[in-house]
This record gives sequence, C-alpha cells and structure tokens, in this order.
Amino acid sequence: MLTVLLRILRRDLLLAWRRRADVAGSLAFFVIVCTLFPLGVGPEPALLRSMAPGILWVAALLASTLALNRLFAHDHADGTLEQMALSSAPLPLIVAGKVAAHWLVSGLPLVLLAPALALQFDLGSEAAGALTWSLLLGTPALSLLGAVGAALTLGARGGGVLLSLLVLPLSVPVLIFGAGAAGAEPGDATAAASLLLLGGLLTAALALGPWATSAALRIALE
Amino acid sequence: MTHLEGTTVSASHTLHTVRHAGGGKRWLRYAAPQSFFPLAGRAIPWLLGAALLLAAVGLYLGLVAAPPDRQQGDAYRIIFVHVPAAWLSMVIYVAMAIWAGVGLVFNTRLSSMMASALAPTGAMFTVLALWTGALWGRPTWGAWWVWDARLTSELLLLFLYLGFMALQAALDDSRRADRAGAVLALVGVVNVPVIYFSVQWWNTLHQGSSLSARGASMAPVMLHGMLVMTLALWAYAIAAVLQRLRCIVLERERHTDWVRQFYVESKR
Amino acid sequence: MNWNSWNDFLAMGGYAPYVWGSFGVVLAAIGVEQLILALQREDAGTAVRLEILRLRGKR
Repeated sequence: MLTVLLRILRRDLLLAWRRRADVAGSLAFFVIVCTLFPLGVGPEPALLRSMAPGILWVAALLASTLALNRLFAHDHADGTLEQMALSSAPLPLIVAGKVAAHWLVSGLPLVLLAPALALQFDLGSEAAGALTWSLLLGTPALSLLGAVGAALTLGARGGGVLLSLLVLPLSVPVLIFGAGAAGAEPGDATAAASLLLLGGLLTAALALGPWATSAALRIALE
Repeated sequence: MTHLEGTTVSASHTLHTVRHAGGGKRWLRYAAPQSFFPLAGRAIPWLLGAALLLAAVGLYLGLVAAPPDRQQGDAYRIIFVHVPAAWLSMVIYVAMAIWAGVGLVFNTRLSSMMASALAPTGAMFTVLALWTGALWGRPTWGAWWVWDARLTSELLLLFLYLGFMALQAALDDSRRADRAGAVLALVGVVNVPVIYFSVQWWNTLHQGSSLSARGASMAPVMLHGMLVMTLALWAYAIAAVLQRLRCIVLERERHTDWVRQFYVESKR
Repeated sequence: MNWNSWNDFLAMGGYAPYVWGSFGVVLAAIGVEQLILALQREDAGTAVRLEILRLRGKR
C-alpha cells in the first residue's frame, strides 16, 4: 500500500517538476491577488493589518482552486488515468497520492510564502505564525475537497470556471475556520478552537475525500 | 397505421411485464417512467388546486386575521412567504440529494430525473427567501442585506443549487450528468450542516448585526398562517417539479414507443 | 379583523412596498416558472416530433 502511494507521489512530483511553469503560475497568482487588495482598499496600515488574514486566506483559496485543473487533466488526456482506474491498486489510494503530490507542489508553497506576504500587510510575528499554521492545515483540506470537484468536471465544458463554482461554496467552512484561526487574538480561545475545527475538517477530508473523488472519477471515465 | 398498432402492442406489453415483474409490490411499477408519467399528469391539477386553496386561506390568516407585530408593525407579515420559501429551499435540496442518491445506487433513471427536476424549483425558492429576506430586512434592520448566519447560509445554498444545475448542463452524456450530479448533491448535503455551523461560528465571532430572534411567543394565528402558507407553497412546488419531470421524461425517453404514442395521441 | 378600511389594508402600516413587494415577487416567480415550464413542454414536444420524423425518414 505504502509503496503504491510513494510511487504515485514520486511520479507526480517528477511530472510537476517538468511542468514547473504551471506551478509557478498559481503561485504568482497568489502573490498578485494579495497585492491587488491593498490597491483596491487603500494603503492604510491598520485596515490592512485587520484584513490581512482574510485577504491571504481568500487569495490562497482562489490560487488553490485555480491549480486544481492540473490534478487530473494531464493524466486524463494521455490515458494514464484510465490505467490507474483499471489497476489493482485501490483508486482512493492512487487519488490520495496524487492529491498529496499536488498539495506539495501547489499548497505548501503558499504556506511558505505566507510569512513573507504577511510582512506586506504589517502583520505581527504572532499573527503571521497563526496564519501560517492555519494555511498549513487548511490548504491540504482544500486540495482534498477540490479533488472531488476536479474529478466531477473532468473534460466537461466550462472547465475551470465550473470547477470554481462547485468548489468555492463547499470550501467556505475551511475558509471560515482558517481565517478565524489566523485573525483571532493570540492566546484567545477562538484561535485554538478554530484550529481544532480546521484540523477536524482536514481529518474528515482525508477520510472521505479520496473515496468520493474515486467514485467521481469512475463516473467520469465510464 | 400498422406502425402505430405495433407500438400499442409493445407499449402495453412493456407495461404488462413491468406490472408483474415486481410480484406483490405493485407500487414499484411507478419507478418506470412510463407508469409514473400519467400518474404525475393526473396529480398536477389537484396539487395546483390545493395550492391555490391553501394560499387563499394562508393569505387571509397572514394578511387579514393576524394582528400587527408589537415591534415591527405590519412589516413582519413578510414572514408568511419568507419562512416557507426558506424552509422549502432546504427541504427541496435534501429531497434532491436523496433522489439523486437513490438514482446513483439503484441505477433508476426516474430518480435521477426527479433530482434534476427538483433543482430549479429549489433554486427559485432560495432566491425568493433571499429577496423577501432583503425586503424584510430593510424596514426592520435598516439594511437590504445583513450577514447573519441564516441569510448567509441561504446564499451559499443558492450557490450549491447553481453548481448542481451548472454541472448537469455542462455534461452532455445524461447518464454521466445524473451520476456526477448525484455525487455533487450528496457531497453538498453532507456539507450543508457544516457550512451552516461554520457560518454561525463566523457570525458570532465577528459580532455581526445582532438580530432579535423572532419574538419569544407568536400568536397562534401567526403560526397557523405560516403553516398553511408552507403547505400551499409545498403543494405548488411538488406540482411544478412534476411538471418539469414530465418534460424531462418526454425529452429523455423520446426514443421509446410509449412516448411517441403519447405525443401522437395528444395531438389528436 | 385588523383593518379599518381597504386603504389601510393596502397601506400595510406604511410598509406597503416591502410587504406587497414580497408577496408580489413570490407571485411573479411562480408566474415566470410556469411560463418557462410551458416553453419546456413545447420544446419536449418538438423533440419527440423530430424523433418521430427521424424514424419515419429511416423507413
């Protein structure tokens, strides 16, 4: 079981490395969106500081949704996805491997970039830390949830926009708890509670996501 | 003429086999589109009539019989459409998810068609809940929109409906559309309580506009009015859904003999 | 009976646009839905008719 997972992980990471430009694209999107907000609401430091957790979280959500197209599209195009569905390895396991690789390549960089962007918004170090932790827990949950949407819309008309329409409302709880954890006063009970709830969502997504995604994939591949 | 006679025989033969296939469970035959179609057709006028009657009673109770509210005056009367619409929007989503799930698990086309028929009506009631909510909010809380937990959740429910409809519209293969829609609806229905809880959390966290909960005690006539209006809109909703279901059945089953025969006979 | 006159009823204590707007939009929505359903019935009929013609053409 573990070997299958690691093999899929390695394969997808290798493929992502070969398409570095795609990966860099969604990261650039994240940075650009974070830059757009101050341009939209004005440079006042106090306002930006209070809005920062929300802005960064929404930007991360949008960037993560944008990147979801890559999850299955290439494998579907060259027929590898069908092979994966036919293989003896359980499809949820393969899906978990692909989502893990996808997160390492699209989600983790967002987490690592967050402290730097937090500086742009003059967030204190404690707040920036809370933000980073929340993104660390939240972005995998977003990837797992988004995978279901990516599988459902595989090859459908409307592509990425349809995917966003499906995934964004379902991502609201992750956004709320994530931004809540990031924006709460340090040491406040809500910060810990939000993180715990976020962790709960991540666990649920880990348990149910790959299974729902493989069901959706089989439907799409029929 | 020979062609039509041939179709008549085969249509009744199919019905005959369907009727006896389920053994003692005669109601199972209605799982076949062909059997359900005329049943729905007969039910629709009754449901519309019931809706009209119930609406007359409900409107009388709500607009004439019920006294004005102590705090909100006559503006509160909007609840007689707002609450039923909101409640229906949620019930219809659950029903949609259930039918879609049944269609996915048991491979029954009619169940999936029912889910597709439910979605637009559900979305309409969601829009009505939001719209009447805004019309209620303006005079009572001073704003057209407030980010309270219920209205925000209702807005997200609208997006869930639209997502379902968009997904089905984007997939040409009807079998895939049925099954993908079912997965989406099931994921959605599981998410709805989570969404509602998280939005409530978010609302209390940010101490949004504190809305006074509906007065501790409501006069019985108000409750009765709301109940009757809910039943009225519910009867209408079922009628509209059945009307849409019949259209979907005709369109998707147009290659079958009974549909062609129905069309020919309806044109006589 | 809470209303002293027909005018009072229509005025709805000053909230007439909101109350009647709400009931009105519900009625309007139902009307629009029925209209759209009527159009859908026509479209379904057309689809069946085309299918019949298609089969007749085949023979």
